[in-house]
Amino acid sequence: MSAAEAAVAIEGLSHRYGEREALKGVGFTVAPGEVFGLLGPNGSGKTTLFRILSTLIRPQSGSAKILGFDVAAQTAEVRRRIGVVFQAPSLDKKLTAAENLRHQGHLYGLRGAELEQRIGEMLARVGMAERKDELTEKLSGGQRRRVELAKGLLHRPQVLLLDEPSTGLDPGARRDLMRYLRELSTKDGVTTLLTTHLMEEAEDCARLAVFREGQRIALDSPAALKAQIGGDVVSIESDEAEALRSETKTKLGVEAAVLEGKLRVECEGGAAFVERFAQAFAGRFKTIQLGKPTLADVFLRITGHRFWEGEG
Amino acid sequence: MSLVLPVYSLARRELVRFLRQRNRVVGAFLTPVIFWLLFGFGLSGSFRPEGDTGAGYMEFFFPGVLVMILLFTAIFSTISIIEDRKEGFLQSVLVAPVSRSAIVLGKVFGGTALAVGQAAVFLMLAPTVGIHLNPLNVLAILGAMLPVAFALTALGFALAWVMDSTQGYHAIMNVFLFPMWLLSGAFFPAKGAPVVLEWVIKLNPLTYGVALTRHALYLDPEALREKGVPSVACALGATLVFAAVTFLWAHKAAAKRTKGDLQ
Repeated sequence: MSAAEAAVAIEGLSHRYGEREALKGVGFTVAPGEVFGLLGPNGSGKTTLFRILSTLIRPQSGSAKILGFDVAAQTAEVRRRIGVVFQAPSLDKKLTAAENLRHQGHLYGLRGAELEQRIGEMLARVGMAERKDELTEKLSGGQRRRVELAKGLLHRPQVLLLDEPSTGLDPGARRDLMRYLRELSTKDGVTTLLTTHLMEEAEDCARLAVFREGQRIALDSPAALKAQIGGDVVSIESDEAEALRSETKTKLGVEAAVLEGKLRVECEGGAAFVERFAQAFAGRFKTIQLGKPTLADVFLRITGHRFWEGEG
Repeated sequence: MSLVLPVYSLARRELVRFLRQRNRVVGAFLTPVIFWLLFGFGLSGSFRPEGDTGAGYMEFFFPGVLVMILLFTAIFSTISIIEDRKEGFLQSVLVAPVSRSAIVLGKVFGGTALAVGQAAVFLMLAPTVGIHLNPLNVLAILGAMLPVAFALTALGFALAWVMDSTQGYHAIMNVFLFPMWLLSGAFFPAKGAPVVLEWVIKLNPLTYGVALTRHALYLDPEALREKGVPSVACALGATLVFAAVTFLWAHKAAAKRTKGDLQ
């Protein structure tokens, strides 16, 4: 896919805040209509990238294009075509849901009957039509989030940028949101790029760019990323995890790691290992769990670090 | 894209927000009224402005309070820039396809309309101190207050844009904005003040805003000239320059991407 055809095309993008290098030569492309995730712990550079794409800050070196328009040189073109939903709530609490959307519409050059129709349509689509005349300060966190989304989509952007969209959402509301984003992608061809530090949310993306310390360390679909590990992951809860780790190596000849107080083993044929382990160390562990690798395991495998390690 | 729609929308938001926050409406209006009553009654015994005709200090102070209402409303409406930043509202405006001029003009027009509106309410008290207004006076006063309110709101904008806390803004208000009003001929006349203060008052751009308001209130330039108030032409000219300079300053401040944009 060439940079001109891509919904988002990033090349050699670097950014520093004073001494700190937040992005170190990042590149990837997002196809039109894709639901694309930027996954990484806090401080991994994904928020800086989000700010550059949303035109809040200018790239210092490298290039970022949205729908073929350069975010630095063609800012106005980009702004008209993107919808941005920030992590921090952007609604004016002293205005009603409809008034917030009306204001947003005016900023994007919409007005009159067309705007009113669009406001009604968008609020209905996020299930907020009945609360349209309520001050947004009276709405719940989840409801506000839905109005935010309606606000970001009001001017029919072709690319939607979402920063940590599930902040303040319960799991049910989060699933609704992801379903809606997929619907936007299939029905309207809207490209979604979202940042997240939640594995569950990342699982729902078509493709992921995984970030760590300003670098893009992986780029693939969640399934393909997990397939890199293969086999099974066994997680064992025990009060003597460290001791069991070395004994697993000496007695069973299997490498294990201790993560967040739990003993973890990646291996083929997990069921057989569980049986051997249970026999060898009967009574020395509380629970034993057998599962397929998660994105957290992928992160660990690629970086040699836990996902949450060194978070400030 | 045209400036009109976003400017209208941003200005309208200022008015709606302000009117929905009753404590702000009351605060920006009542504080100057309390000042007027307390200082007016308190000082009227000992303070006789030159050429006083009757109502004494209460009358002298009246146009000063009008300007104080403009200043306070300008402060209250621009302090919301800091809140808009903190709450995230501003971010969504910054990434919208509107120019920074629209953002400045929307805020400043909104703040100006609020300030003049609040002062117009206070104007109704003029007859109580023997200032009798005819429709021409009222029009002149509203017209005079517009550029003064515009200048003060633009000044507030430029200061608030670079602030990251409302506390910081309050400090500026106490050490800079409030003294600017005190030394503008609103509270006491330049004539008769110590020579250093007299100079400060002469150099203070707000002095000419107060003078312009005073002129509009009486429409009697000769009598005011004798009391040491700057001439109409001088007051109007200086006020327009003040408004232009503060607007350019606000515009320049807003054009810069600050660290605060990212909060």
